[in-house]
Amino acid sequence: MTFPRQDHKQLYRKGSRGIRDIAGPLLFVENMTGVGYGELVTVESGADARLGRVIQFKDDLCVVQIFDDTVGLEAGRTVWMEHDVAKVGVGEALRGRVLNGRGQPVGGKKLYGVKEFLPVDGSPINPADRTTPNGVIETGISALDLMNTLARGQKLPVFAGPGLPACEIAARIAAGATIPGKDDEFLVVFAAIGVTGREADLLMEAFERDGAADGGVFVLNTAGDPLAERLLTPRVALTIAEYFAFVRGYDVLVVMADMLHYCEALREIGTARGDIAGRGGYPVGMYSDLAQIYERSGCVAGRPGSVTQLPVVTMPNDDIAHPVADLTGQITDGQLVLDRRLHAKGVFPPLDVTASLSRPMNKGIGRGKTFDSHRVLAEQLYAAYAKARELSFDLGFNLGFNSRFDPRSFAPEGGLSDLEKRCLRFGDVFEASFVDQGRGRRFARRTLAQSEAKAWEALSELPIEELSRLPRKLLERKISVGAALPKDLENLEKRI
Amino acid sequence: MKEDLSKGSITGVSGPVVVAKTDFPVRMFEAVRIPGAKSPVTKSPAGLLGEVVRIRGREADIQIYGDATGLSAGEEVLFTGELLSVDLGPGFLGEVLDGVGRPLRPRQGVAASRNEKLWRFEPSASEGDAVARGDVLGTVAEGSRFLHRILVPPAFSSPEAVAWIAPEGDYALRDCVCRLENGTELTLTQRWPIRVPRPAKERLPLDRPLFTGQRALDTLFPMALGGAAAMPGGLGAGKTALQRSLAKCCRADVVIYVGCGGRGGEIAELLEEFSENVSEGLPLAERAALVANTSNMPAASRETSVYLGMTLAEYYRDMGYDAVVLVDSVSRWAEALREVGSRLGETPGAGGYPACLESRLSGCRQRAGQVETLGAVSRRGSVSAIGTFSPEGGDLSEPATQTGLRLSGAFWVLDKALAQARRFPAIDRRRSHSLYEEALSEALTQEAGQDWPELKEYLRDVLSRGEELADAARFAGRKAFSETVLSDEDKWLLFHAETLEIVYLRQDARDACSPPARAAALLRLLEALDDRVRRALREGLRYDDVVGVSMRPELIALRDLPDFTDKGREWLERFSAELAARPATDREAIQ
Repeated sequence: MTFPRQDHKQLYRKGSRGIRDIAGPLLFVENMTGVGYGELVTVESGADARLGRVIQFKDDLCVVQIFDDTVGLEAGRTVWMEHDVAKVGVGEALRGRVLNGRGQPVGGKKLYGVKEFLPVDGSPINPADRTTPNGVIETGISALDLMNTLARGQKLPVFAGPGLPACEIAARIAAGATIPGKDDEFLVVFAAIGVTGREADLLMEAFERDGAADGGVFVLNTAGDPLAERLLTPRVALTIAEYFAFVRGYDVLVVMADMLHYCEALREIGTARGDIAGRGGYPVGMYSDLAQIYERSGCVAGRPGSVTQLPVVTMPNDDIAHPVADLTGQITDGQLVLDRRLHAKGVFPPLDVTASLSRPMNKGIGRGKTFDSHRVLAEQLYAAYAKARELSFDLGFNLGFNSRFDPRSFAPEGGLSDLEKRCLRFGDVFEASFVDQGRGRRFARRTLAQSEAKAWEALSELPIEELSRLPRKLLERKISVGAALPKDLENLEKRI
Repeated sequence: MKEDLSKGSITGVSGPVVVAKTDFPVRMFEAVRIPGAKSPVTKSPAGLLGEVVRIRGREADIQIYGDATGLSAGEEVLFTGELLSVDLGPGFLGEVLDGVGRPLRPRQGVAASRNEKLWRFEPSASEGDAVARGDVLGTVAEGSRFLHRILVPPAFSSPEAVAWIAPEGDYALRDCVCRLENGTELTLTQRWPIRVPRPAKERLPLDRPLFTGQRALDTLFPMALGGAAAMPGGLGAGKTALQRSLAKCCRADVVIYVGCGGRGGEIAELLEEFSENVSEGLPLAERAALVANTSNMPAASRETSVYLGMTLAEYYRDMGYDAVVLVDSVSRWAEALREVGSRLGETPGAGGYPACLESRLSGCRQRAGQVETLGAVSRRGSVSAIGTFSPEGGDLSEPATQTGLRLSGAFWVLDKALAQARRFPAIDRRRSHSLYEEALSEALTQEAGQDWPELKEYLRDVLSRGEELADAARFAGRKAFSETVLSDEDKWLLFHAETLEIVYLRQDARDACSPPARAAALLRLLEALDDRVRRALREGLRYDDVVGVSMRPELIALRDLPDFTDKGREWLERFSAELAARPATDREAIQ
């Protein structure tokens, strides 16, 4: 984001001294003749200039949203029209840098070598110019790589209840992400939106450990920074990402945490403006607003790079139907959902794979892309785990986290058939050895081949008749121990 | 557009709504242009397009189809005097348009063809013929199969003699191909306001089925040509995937796919699939047009995209074709209404939606139907509408979904839990319904065979009894229940109900299109199998002896064969023979 006055000296500026009302981050200004919708204004207040944007005008009254605080702002000040939209400076000089929520270097340092300024709002990608994802990103997390594969250009949010390690997972993904065979052209942009100091530290640590070394960019707006700046933060990050992706040809991963804070800022400003509130008090235009952010991902025909988004969305009260999570899921290409029960069991990452989904996955996997049987293997894992979950739900296993009350200890596996017992056993092994990769220092990144091996290990808990989605030849090759193929199955091809 | 444009000026801007001051009367839903602004998506030189949505004294509220950034007070607004319209004519198939009908692929798109591309016109009317609205002047072959009929536009209500008709040859869209006695020149195109339904001679009852290619839908919840279907489902329930499979497989002449507020990536995927061959050996592009207004494109043109889709479909209907409009999603459309309504400061109704939601939705729904078209030679055409709903938080009781439910004859509820277990199509049988079944029964029987009603009843019966047993088993404790209460026949019923679900109802990419006759044959095979097994059980065979590991995989492999009638019969005979040969010991014991 530029302060236009500093960057382009203008000989002549128009302004108005007509601030009529101030409400929250909004100014209601009169006599702003000639101001354009969406344009920037500056308000001089003592030594500093505060930046704002025109978000509405009608007749003589103009509504300005101030990106800085309005604390101490006097009604008598002049509002200068800049006749320019919010822009962010981009260039190789940004690599490895930490910027504030509007794209300026933190600590007042100057950025040299930034010559190009791009509007933070970007412009919508023409859907006919998009190309479908043509490659996968290997994250090193089994539940993702094998069952919810992240594709280049995908937008895949992490949905998590409060207190679940969503940022940690996002950081892990960012750290472990590689594009097979294309590693040097990959970089990560972090956008911390209204995060607490602790979360900021966590992301910053991940950034310094992995991101900065590779020349990533960190855009930081903490909980203490001005509210309206939160609306800019993801846009600044995405503008930078688009520059690196579509101008410089990198594959860029953008981690945005936390979109709930973004939406809360949207709600606060909407309310101050007097917008009609939809569900949960959020403005009714929130879907379109979020779409303008999330749809800034993808691959574009004729351009080399890609923008992949990994937004973190906190679900208050673990409610996946909460407006922010719900609308996000409607726009994004699937979602990763964290499970409190798995977290309580100490599983990391505690991904609820049945509720998670990667929509473009099937386009990106398979022969020549990952491995031949990827799709059927993933579907078999889904089906088997869903069955195990349903069974344990019927038995009330997931009512308590505490193993003392595990109904298995008193109810009776006696009431279960052998098949059902083996299904349950599969569920346990799946969670404990496939999903779980250890937390903190114990975390072990897995290659795709390692993930595949873990999957077969879990599947071998099941009797062969449960593996109806896998082709016979594959089963023969993979499951050798103690599971001779039933005779009927062997003759399958001869019989039909 | 008319040249004598009236000028107004901007007095206010709020998101997608612009307020303009005028000193002349303005028409409701009149199209306007703001020449100072440039649309970023289409790079249209005409500036920003808009439509008057409310008139208050000397001020008009305009919803704009582009980005308002940079608009300032006093800027010029041109009122065209015409409603927002689209030029109907050859060239839509295989194309992708935005919500107000501008081509999104300008280089190869309609805009270029509008001016340059020549179409082969073959006259069918001759000089001296009296023609009126709906009469066929001639035909244009579009693609390898589609015959585009050039009609006299609906405005010509009284017959007029043809003074001159163009000989067979290549013409551009704007070339005159017919001159009437009164001097009117007709071209290959006709302009039509998208919010106005195109007239027809008469509405006909819905008596022909729309085959979807999905066994679960065609068997249990059939859809009629000219009907309306609503498809609600939570996040990730597979709405878009099913919608896309319908686009490829449904038995209709023309498909209009309206991507209303959806993901850009999905449009890209669909465009890629356009060139792939689908069920009848033709690429999708030969029979489909795409209206794409993704979520990041202007909310206001999301609202118009549905009207545009309906207008296109009606245009093909008037030629005597069966057109299907697939809208994904209607909820996004309702949200666009809500968003514009909010910026207009309208008092919200239920769920924050404007009070006009129901009337707007039913107005759109009413444009679907089977009709006898205008014209001296009567033709039968239809517009079927299938819309997905993405209810907020997956809650079907929200206003948009409920309105959709009330207006639809077929209601296909998609269930998230089924989708999560990868059971596609994830149709929740308990909550779905179809009101068309009775009216269609005769046509269905003709298509699928005389025994179709019985087959269908058989499927329903097994599924519902199976569900009952499964519910009971769940409450009573599985093992205890199955050991003590269930007879062998009940156990088989449970097993067979699941088989029907897996083999018959489930469909994946490998058999995405299942014609009705094939579905019936498969169901016949499954019923015969059931019959043989139950007979064997009554004769003393035990359940455990019947059910082998390989039965379902074998059935699935059979199902996926190009033609399974003979193989299926052989398989069944062999299976019965094996049953008969199995455990003589048990049988003796019982006897």
